[in-house]
Amino acid sequence: MAIEGIDLVRAAGFLGAGICMGLGAIGPGLGEGLAAAKACESIGKNPREAGLITRTMLVGQAVTESTGIYSLVVALLLLFVV
Amino acid sequence: MLENIQHFEKMAAFAGAAVAMGLGAIGSALGEGHTAAKANEAIARNPESLGSIYKTMLVGQSIAESASIFALVIAMLLLFSKPVSDSYATVCAALSAGLCMGFGAFGSGVGAGFASAAACTGIARQPAASGRLTTNMLIGSAVCQTTAIYSLVTALILLLVDFSTRPLSPTWAAIFGAGIATGLSAIGSGIGEGLVAETSCEGIARNPAAAGTITNSMLLGQAVTETTAIYGLLISFILLFKSFPPATTLAPAAALLSAGLCMGIGAFGPGIGEGVTAQTAVKWIARNGNAQIELTRCMLVGQAVAESTGIYSLVIALILIFVV
Repeated sequence: MAIEGIDLVRAAGFLGAGICMGLGAIGPGLGEGLAAAKACESIGKNPREAGLITRTMLVGQAVTESTGIYSLVVALLLLFVV
Repeated sequence: MLENIQHFEKMAAFAGAAVAMGLGAIGSALGEGHTAAKANEAIARNPESLGSIYKTMLVGQSIAESASIFALVIAMLLLFSKPVSDSYATVCAALSAGLCMGFGAFGSGVGAGFASAAACTGIARQPAASGRLTTNMLIGSAVCQTTAIYSLVTALILLLVDFSTRPLSPTWAAIFGAGIATGLSAIGSGIGEGLVAETSCEGIARNPAAAGTITNSMLLGQAVTETTAIYGLLISFILLFKSFPPATTLAPAAALLSAGLCMGIGAFGPGIGEGVTAQTAVKWIARNGNAQIELTRCMLVGQAVAESTGIYSLVIALILIFVV
């Protein structure tokens, strides 16, 4: 089995995509979990503002999600474009 | 040639056993040490409850221990059982089984340790609720163990299935990918579930009247936290049981290995994140029972969003296996 340059590039692209999405999922997962935890704490302290707190949590999480989406986009680029 | 393969098999089995037991001992030891430390603190606080704290500590530690016993079983199998066939695929399977069980035992050991430590502290605080606390701890740490059991199952499949009939390339990559996916994805969920069990024990000690509600909320939170470990198991099973066409190039093998890495690493963040969310939700359900509905809703919405990156990893892993 001879390994040619183009094959090596494709293999590296596949490995890169997997590692990119894998590592990229850690931060948003942890961060969104922390945001939701603090939201639960606030609702526990003040249940009457549950709607407002959940809305704020979702906006914060949406921003936190962005880096996860960047990883997804880069992984898809590595798989299908590069 | 044959003798050569047998030498490699021995080397892989020894290395796999060392990795399984070496890595597999870390989590349980940490968890049991944490439990013992908290039990000492609890006895200092409330020496009259020595008996029930001592009992709960030992029961909790023995559950935390089970993860490393699984690792011992895999290490013994690797050391003393005859390989299913003489081929390089078996060599890879031995190494992969060791990695899978070694990583997979970590989260469960640490998680079960959190649960039993909180139960000991809780008994010192509320000796009357000791029976209820021990029951809750047992349920919580049993759920923590599931991820180690997934790793055990995957490792056993790797050791007992004969892969020699399949083309070596890309089967070697599928074998490594399967071990890594289950092993790494078990870490986050195991720790996350332990955190949920920890606060539920704390909550029952604070408010024993709400014990039923707290245990139910704990189970709901743990069930969502478990999902990313299940994705890892799913990817492993696909890698182990799908038949792949023989490959003459490196790329198909790299894709399968990458699928395992992607799902394994990607499950870590959502697992711990969802655990932290459920931990806080359970804590406040114990303190403020009136807000239970709002808290459960917020917990589930928050966990669903935290899950998204785990789902992205699953999607990329599935694309790597089925599309490219």
